[in-house]
Amino acid sequence: MFIPGKWNEDIHVRDFINRNYTPYDGDESFLAPPTEATKALWQDVLNLRKQESEAGGVLDIDDKTISTIISHKPGYIDQDKEQIVGLQTDAPLKRAIMPFGGIRMVRTSLEAYDHKLDPEVEHVFQYRKTHNEGVFDAYTPEMQRVRHAGLITGLPDAYGRGRIIGDYRRLPLYGTAFLIACKRKAKDSFIPEVLDAEAIQSREEISEQVKALNELTKMAASYGFDISRAARNFREAVQWLYFGYLGSVKEQNGAAMSLGRTSTFLDIYAEEDLKAGTITESEVQEIVDHFIMKLRMVRFLRTPAYDELFSGDPTWITESIGGIGVDGRHMVTKMSYRFLHTLTNLGPAPEPNLTILWSPKLPVNFKKYCTKVSIETSSIQYENDDLMREKFGDDYAIACCVSAMRVGKQMQFFGARANLAKALLYSINGGKDEKSGDQVGPVREPITSEYLNYDEVMARYDETLQWLSKLYINTLNVIHYMHDKYCYERLEMALHDEKIVRTMACGIAGLSVVADSLSAIKYAKVRPIRNEQGLAVDFEIEGEFPQYGNDNPKVDKIAAEIVRKFMKELSKHRCYRGAKPTQSILTITSNVVYGKKTGSTPDGRKLGEPLAPGANPMHGRDHNGAIASMRSVANLQYDYSEDGISYTFSILPATLGKEKEEQETNLTTLLDGYFTDGGHHINVNVIQRKILLDAMSHPENYPQLTIRVSGYAVHFVQLTHEQQLEVVRRTVHAKL
Amino acid sequence: MLSSDSIIGYIHSVETLGALDGPGLRYVLFLQGCPLRCRFCHNPDTWATDCGKPTTVEEQLTNILRYQNYLSGGLTISGGEPLRQAEFTLALTRAAHEKGIHVAIDTSGVFATGIALEAAMEADLLLLDIKAFSDSKAKDLTGFTTENARRILAEREAAHKPVWIRHVMVPNITIMEKDDMGSDIASKEAFTTVNHELLDGLAWLATYACVERIDLLPFHKMGEYKYEESGISYSLKNTPEPREESVEWAESLLKTIMENRGH
Repeated sequence: MFIPGKWNEDIHVRDFINRNYTPYDGDESFLAPPTEATKALWQDVLNLRKQESEAGGVLDIDDKTISTIISHKPGYIDQDKEQIVGLQTDAPLKRAIMPFGGIRMVRTSLEAYDHKLDPEVEHVFQYRKTHNEGVFDAYTPEMQRVRHAGLITGLPDAYGRGRIIGDYRRLPLYGTAFLIACKRKAKDSFIPEVLDAEAIQSREEISEQVKALNELTKMAASYGFDISRAARNFREAVQWLYFGYLGSVKEQNGAAMSLGRTSTFLDIYAEEDLKAGTITESEVQEIVDHFIMKLRMVRFLRTPAYDELFSGDPTWITESIGGIGVDGRHMVTKMSYRFLHTLTNLGPAPEPNLTILWSPKLPVNFKKYCTKVSIETSSIQYENDDLMREKFGDDYAIACCVSAMRVGKQMQFFGARANLAKALLYSINGGKDEKSGDQVGPVREPITSEYLNYDEVMARYDETLQWLSKLYINTLNVIHYMHDKYCYERLEMALHDEKIVRTMACGIAGLSVVADSLSAIKYAKVRPIRNEQGLAVDFEIEGEFPQYGNDNPKVDKIAAEIVRKFMKELSKHRCYRGAKPTQSILTITSNVVYGKKTGSTPDGRKLGEPLAPGANPMHGRDHNGAIASMRSVANLQYDYSEDGISYTFSILPATLGKEKEEQETNLTTLLDGYFTDGGHHINVNVIQRKILLDAMSHPENYPQLTIRVSGYAVHFVQLTHEQQLEVVRRTVHAKL
Repeated sequence: MLSSDSIIGYIHSVETLGALDGPGLRYVLFLQGCPLRCRFCHNPDTWATDCGKPTTVEEQLTNILRYQNYLSGGLTISGGEPLRQAEFTLALTRAAHEKGIHVAIDTSGVFATGIALEAAMEADLLLLDIKAFSDSKAKDLTGFTTENARRILAEREAAHKPVWIRHVMVPNITIMEKDDMGSDIASKEAFTTVNHELLDGLAWLATYACVERIDLLPFHKMGEYKYEESGISYSLKNTPEPREESVEWAESLLKTIMENRGH
């Protein structure tokens, strides 16, 4: 059977993978088409999805049952056809309520879809406090002001924080009985001399983890499976792993509920069964297709305000594929292909969020296959394995969009993002909000000169960032203290080691606006236009200035410096549970909403206009073609933005080359170049502008049209009208 | 000849992701200024000869080398008309060659003597635009005949140096979409009959062993706004883009010609 090793003594998934996986260098010709059962099942799902969309985005809600791992009876699509079973509730696409993050959020969501919170649930929450309530009990007035003004936004203070990846592979490899035994042993080791708050918390948490594993065993039993033991074949391995994931999304409505790095692990089981002759390639693919189908059906109940921020009903079931091992062998297996092949068998889709851990050293065949699927489906994102392996080894995975972490050994406290463009305006306006006129930041003299002076603005900006970074970290400390207390991820953490690395994942929005604004102030003349209150509400620019996105070191240096500066400030503050502060440059689709909340900026961007997503240059300002843009982005240092740097790249197919073959080769070259230059992440959309325009007018014809936006993918037709327009405007890399 | 660092080139723009002007990914340098006035031109802003951003061979070479990780193809010098700035084009080509960079020159071939010819011969690949297959039509369409282009083609043939031909399909000027009665052509046979000039032209090009590839480019109007912006009148305002069938037929006839070449 499997080659034994350290993994037999202790929980050590990486050791199991390393000893047992079979790298695959061949091409995609072995892949199997969808079976009849797959086609029929998927048609059922598509029909349900159509009904869901006709019903206004939500098919049904169970508004009576507080969702837990064991709250619902088993649910099926069509039991006889399903190779992999399990739904969040007792019926497909029926959403559950998960009120521990915040009961108000649940109430608002229900009302938005003409439901009412069940009186009994209301009753429970008269006595049971939620995360949201806890946070607001502890917030300072300043935190509330900054949050209200939109200087720090998207904070997980009213909903589940997410971005924690349970090591779901532990379930098939060990079964719950062994995992529970290990947890019990670990709990006994947490008896120090002084049983202080930290140790007490750890002991309580481990107890909760054990309860969660017991409940998961029970849930699996209700579907007829005994997961207390290890999986014995491929189908069981997938089923066990999926049960683990399912338990998590039954209990946690996290902002991002990512899957981890499962394909190469699962390939080991498939290879065994194939060698033994107990399964065929078509059956392997069928199981994979059914597994992925289930992931595509994960649903959370969310408010319209949340949807405006993170459009398209995203769940960020990110699966990381590929990469190179520390021992130099690549980690591409046949299963890497099979996962990607679901985009062909079931058609393009935003979830799961398939993420290729790219290295120029990946096998040529695999690289070509990835770019081929990218060109056909626009459903893949790529991240720099060479950069991340150095920091996270070879068994890390991506949570959400760009956040790398060692699977089962590391977690993050998700911290959304600070709007640095708005912070720049605060520096000019003496801490007053440019939209409301309210004094949000500490009182300072506003800048009153006729033209903005670079050194003066920078000195003020430094002060603002010092104040903001401290406030930001403290705000996150409050949030994560309360989340651990009232909405602890029992099951996900049960699939972690007990001693883990924690990061405090801060983020920034509006980087390109800040870089261009500072460049305008430095290299052109910028005259603020002030209102009666003396607030700079608009800016006149005289002359030209270097703009971020053109591979121009003059401004690219400014951008890199802002990132470094803010990271250094964040690092000065003490984080909850000894977490290490990090930051990301990522906005997801929230760049549109953040833009609405930000006044005119010194780069010429007008009040309310969207910020660029992630680390992207502002639209229409990159004049030297896409590679120059990529180089500007790659110039930002990952060392100062370890939680990821997101870049979204949209190109017309014809711009990539005349023939399909050329397009694939050219895209491969482009990715190799970008990652060799040190770029961290890239979303690739290869899409016709006229198709996007047609989809805006006839959404019914494009239910599966998928595009990538800043770190995740969405169904284009599910975006708001404003976001659609923004995407169309960004389809810029077209050469005439 | 002047030393290369004292030669000033005037550029219109740079495209760092060039995937359509020669093999692989290429840095495409668009030089400012062109004597031709192609009625279908989608970059009329490159015509004027009294403007452009000055640059040197060294500056451009340094820039190109920044992109080495990406440039699986190399450098393409385009325009405008790159052979109008022949000294600069030649010097840049030579400098790039010293660094082992593959150079393509994208030209109408309107200049075919002296340094211009030297530059055209120095390129690893010549992208040669044949605007029309009769002198009268070429003159009407661009202001010049293709005599010089044919001359360059003959020189490249004699030197066994590769050429890629480009030819724009402008409805009812270089590609006929209507029959004698003025109605739309409905079959490939009828299309073949009406387009004998195009097909003869392509067959003639195919007799050159140096012609590795012929690209038929459908006329498009995405550059129309540039005419409006610069106040140049646009004579093809009422010309449509070619029909999909025409493009398909032309492509398939071209394919047959290329497959049946004698060499």
